[in-house]
Amino acid sequence: MATSVIDAPSAQLPGLSNDEIHRYSRHLILPDVGMTGQRTLKQARVLLIGAGGLGSPTALYLAAAGIGTLGLVDFDVVDVTNLQRQIIHGTKDVGRPKIASAKDRIADVNPHVHVEAFETPFTSANALEIAKDFDIIVDGTDNFATRYLTNDTAVLLGKPNVYGSIFRFDGQSSVFATEDGPCYRCLFREPPPPGLVPSCAEGGVLGVLPGLIGTIQATETIKLILGVGDSLIGRLLLVDTLSMQFRTVNIRKDPTCPACGTHEIQELIDYEEFCGIPQAAAAEAGPAEIQDITPRALSDRLKRGDHIDLVDVREPFEWEIGHVAGARLVPLGTIPEAISTFDPSREIALYCKGGVRSRKAAAALIDAGFTRVLNVEGGILRWADDVDPTLPKY
Amino acid sequence: MAITLNLPTVLSKLADGNKTIEAEGATLGDVVKAVAERYPNLAPRLRDDAGQPYPFVTFYLNDDDIRFNGGFGAAVQDGDEVTIVPAIAGG
Repeated sequence: MATSVIDAPSAQLPGLSNDEIHRYSRHLILPDVGMTGQRTLKQARVLLIGAGGLGSPTALYLAAAGIGTLGLVDFDVVDVTNLQRQIIHGTKDVGRPKIASAKDRIADVNPHVHVEAFETPFTSANALEIAKDFDIIVDGTDNFATRYLTNDTAVLLGKPNVYGSIFRFDGQSSVFATEDGPCYRCLFREPPPPGLVPSCAEGGVLGVLPGLIGTIQATETIKLILGVGDSLIGRLLLVDTLSMQFRTVNIRKDPTCPACGTHEIQELIDYEEFCGIPQAAAAEAGPAEIQDITPRALSDRLKRGDHIDLVDVREPFEWEIGHVAGARLVPLGTIPEAISTFDPSREIALYCKGGVRSRKAAAALIDAGFTRVLNVEGGILRWADDVDPTLPKY
Repeated sequence: MAITLNLPTVLSKLADGNKTIEAEGATLGDVVKAVAERYPNLAPRLRDDAGQPYPFVTFYLNDDDIRFNGGFGAAVQDGDEVTIVPAIAGG
């Protein structure tokens, strides 16, 4: 039998009002919850890092279940592209801070839940202070740097880290940083170099997937609080939605792990640096010869009849969503073989979705000896904002 | 009989869409090498230039992490199952 992470004698647990007893009746009649379990849930303080894809279902179910205090950390605002999966937010919330939107929705789901909102990025400077008074940390972050930060914070504070992560059609979940269990660094000692694994914004994600994984995180959180069942400590759950297979593999606590093994990590570090982000950004900037041009300036020059070849370096499925009239499609991966078809006597303006891939393409052209290469700042998204509002944004 | 490798969706795209691959070898390293030769696009996602595992892609032999059982040098036998788990960070 597992023990609860909430270390409070039954007599000290908060009581339940008649309204609460009525609301939680389906829990109260569950043998493994009952009055004591429900009061333990009310006593619990759970910190959710991220109110996005994973954070949405986790927050909603933890609120509905009657967790006493939910901490929410997020600094983003609701964007319409979030709504395909971030079900805590609604169409009316577009443009609002996610924290404010989530807080309102939680209050509607369960007014008995106290929300502590932290509208700030979760950083090495504030992580320990934010997390120190919570019992459990739930990792609903969306990048490697914040995942390692969340893990190390949990290890340093000795609090369980309920992990979930998603990409396209696949998800992972586990429980890290318990007293005897492994941590995230025991699973993945180091992050992949930036750019190797695309983010959901770049690679896409099945909208329902964070619903599945976030709900598993909520389940594991509740089990830790109630002290019931076998948690995912020491196991990694792999979810493949395409084949609809669930598999668990065993994660061992690594005695050489710098966080939970040797305890070499005594304080939080610079996680952007650890993940190679500054170096990657410098490399991404490419050669100095690349000239940036705004969509508006480029459009003006094209209208004037300047000799500029416009090249779209996105993928064919993106081109199908919409493209700039007069452009030619040459996906980034095919630039090397297409280079001989470009005319070095003309200026070449490259665009993609947001300006990153086109910069890589521009660097390849400069490397190949082209001298008049323009990179369209902000890509087709800014083109849609500033030049042609009829273009669909995605 | 052979060794079965289970690939996540993201890597199966680099293996002609196969979620499972059968391969042979005396060690896990042999099996990975055989798969890398068969699917050159998948190869750099499985091991580094020196042929060693990455710290962000974990291999499980019959559900146990191979780093604790000899790494790519771990002996494998017919019927063994290998699951490849790359780090992902979306949320």
